[in-house]
Amino acid sequence: MMVFMTGLFALLFYAATAILLAGLARKIAEYWRTPSPLKIPTTPAPTTRTAVVFRMGREILFFESLFRADRWTWIFGWIFHLGLFLVLARHLRYFTEPVWGWVALLQPLGKYGAFAMVGGLVGLWARRLLVDRVRYISRPSDHLMLALLVAIAGSGLIISYLTYTDIVAVKVFFLGLMRIDLGHLQILPADVVLFAHLLLVIALMVVFPFSKLLHAPAVFFSPTRNQVDNPRERRHLAPWATEVESSAKK
Amino acid sequence: MTDFKTPELREIPVVPKIQPGIMSHISPYVAKPEIQKPLGYPGELVDNWEQVAVDKLGELKGKYRSLQVFLDACVTCGVCTDKCHYYLGTADPKNMPAARQDLLRSVYRRYYTLAGKWFPKWVGARDMTKEVLDEWYTYYYQCSECRRCSVFCPFGIDTAEIAMAAREIMSSVGKGQKYSNEVIGKVLKFGNNLGLSVGAVADTLESLEEDVEEETGVKVRFPLDEQGAEVLLVAPSADFFAEPHVDGFIGYGKVFHQAGISWTVSSHAAEGGNFGLFVGSYENMRKVALRIREAALDLGVKRIVFGECGHAWRVAYSFLNTLAGPFDFLDPRYPVPQHICEVTYDLMQRGVLKFDKSQNDHMVPTFHDSCNVARASRMGERPGGQFTIPREIVKATCNHFVEMSPETLYDATFCCGAGGGTLTDELMELRVKGAIPRMEALKQVMDNKRVTHMVSICAICKSQFSKVLPYFDFDAEMSLGVHQLVSNAIILDRQDRGEGRSNFEKG
Repeated sequence: MMVFMTGLFALLFYAATAILLAGLARKIAEYWRTPSPLKIPTTPAPTTRTAVVFRMGREILFFESLFRADRWTWIFGWIFHLGLFLVLARHLRYFTEPVWGWVALLQPLGKYGAFAMVGGLVGLWARRLLVDRVRYISRPSDHLMLALLVAIAGSGLIISYLTYTDIVAVKVFFLGLMRIDLGHLQILPADVVLFAHLLLVIALMVVFPFSKLLHAPAVFFSPTRNQVDNPRERRHLAPWATEVESSAKK
Repeated sequence: MTDFKTPELREIPVVPKIQPGIMSHISPYVAKPEIQKPLGYPGELVDNWEQVAVDKLGELKGKYRSLQVFLDACVTCGVCTDKCHYYLGTADPKNMPAARQDLLRSVYRRYYTLAGKWFPKWVGARDMTKEVLDEWYTYYYQCSECRRCSVFCPFGIDTAEIAMAAREIMSSVGKGQKYSNEVIGKVLKFGNNLGLSVGAVADTLESLEEDVEEETGVKVRFPLDEQGAEVLLVAPSADFFAEPHVDGFIGYGKVFHQAGISWTVSSHAAEGGNFGLFVGSYENMRKVALRIREAALDLGVKRIVFGECGHAWRVAYSFLNTLAGPFDFLDPRYPVPQHICEVTYDLMQRGVLKFDKSQNDHMVPTFHDSCNVARASRMGERPGGQFTIPREIVKATCNHFVEMSPETLYDATFCCGAGGGTLTDELMELRVKGAIPRMEALKQVMDNKRVTHMVSICAICKSQFSKVLPYFDFDAEMSLGVHQLVSNAIILDRQDRGEGRSNFEKG
């Protein structure tokens, strides 16, 4: 039975990884090759490429625009993402041998990260349910995504604090998957909570490239944030615009 | 047009609770075939319009990264929902930026995403139907494309980009807006938004010369189609005769006169405004912009200067080089183009212009940042010059100056309520309600700081304020332009050094 479950999870993780990577690659390629024919940075905007890097950096590290827009959403949103980063970083220990130095350093912070995730998500979800304007724009998928993330963080916390599991076996399983050592895969421990956690993560990986989680790669391509404000100094022309010009020439 | 009650202004602004459908009865007049055809659009709804619309959406998202990215990136965090002046003034939830975007996004999802094709109800995906088209027509013309939402969105999603795409799609299937499309047609035919003939423009400029000489005793010239002038001035056509705009136009003339800069207006390109921007039509925006290049080449000018117009300045600053450049035939010592405020500010700093501030002592002005200038342009060398330069001119020409609440200024400025193709009579209810946030900020400084006038550098803002201020029991004549203040205060004492030569050369 456990052999079957192990085999099933192996298949699901390979499939989920392929879907996630292929899906992201496709979307990123689409953003990359779609031109930005006009200079439309939201001004005041940086006038050099270096300053744009800083602007983008402030957005992705500190959520600068969100900070200006709504303090409470920033608090819950930023705390959630910080928690997500800590948890993801700490999980690297299950996919690397030996464990990287900085990951080992972050180890104690992992559990705070998990609580931060749940706290942030619950705060955001409450806002989505209680504020009429946000409730109005919410689709079923918005609530489902919150449920999925809470369930992942929650099941992880349950494993950590309540049910425990043979985590070493889990790590050996994943290392075996990464080395494609299918003949000698470690059998997964028979833990319902562990299976739930893994299944939910698979669901997240599969849904990612088809969902609003695309905001993660998309933000880097947002012309209102990543363009240099120098239209007078340098002529900005997209390939199709150049074609419009040359075909219209008398 | 429907009757409506002007809402009360409040001391402390309130974010209203949603009132679904409350503005669903408001939409602008639809363009007739004779307006659509010259712009290359179908005269009426085409037979397979649903397919044409969906295909056009596909085409546009392949040509504009902004559209593609913004359609995917929204996480419905909702921090935009209390930022739009039209939502704050009407409480219609479809005027919340994310909701407005979703009118189009829902169709994008249905036809262009896996989730929308397989699980439409879960992800808010919809088929393209007549109801959807009518809803687009209603709400995408309740957006002034002011970009305020893009300041606060964590990803910089700009509802204006989506509104422009939606309008281009609608025009392409035969449902265009009468106002914007008619105006574009007029520029392509007459060279200006108002359909004024060359003769009419010439007469107007001549009578301005007479008026100014009568008033000041100085022969300030307002040339038309003058070969070899140094500066081609491109002002919004409203500046020729509308109140209070024309007083600003007189101010431009006085500045050029005092500085000894020869200039001219062109009848071929007598319009700063470019409504191609409002309807998201690259081709039409380009055609209008090219007239300026043609005029500059034809008249042999060395510089291009734009007058006080908000969206004209956006197109001029951000797009002119792209659409109608390169401008290597102009004087490389000056940016192409320049804003009249940049010109005046520069001359001020070099001591060329002197002002008698007491001429404006009867006023306590405040400054309204116009949306396109604030969030889609720059003046001077540094970011934010579009805020400081006009204000420095006001401070140089007036003894009094008061700022409204900073949350309503700079890049967070509230749209006047009539930008982006909404400056029409049939949208008056929208315009009055959309003006509320700005009116409340104004009222605060009128009550507490005895402000008497509101100054702006946009022809649409000036027109909108003149029309809308009386709805709130304010005086229509409170609305002024910056170069009006300049005109009042400027000291005209230039010794005649001859025409056609610039006396003050840059570095």
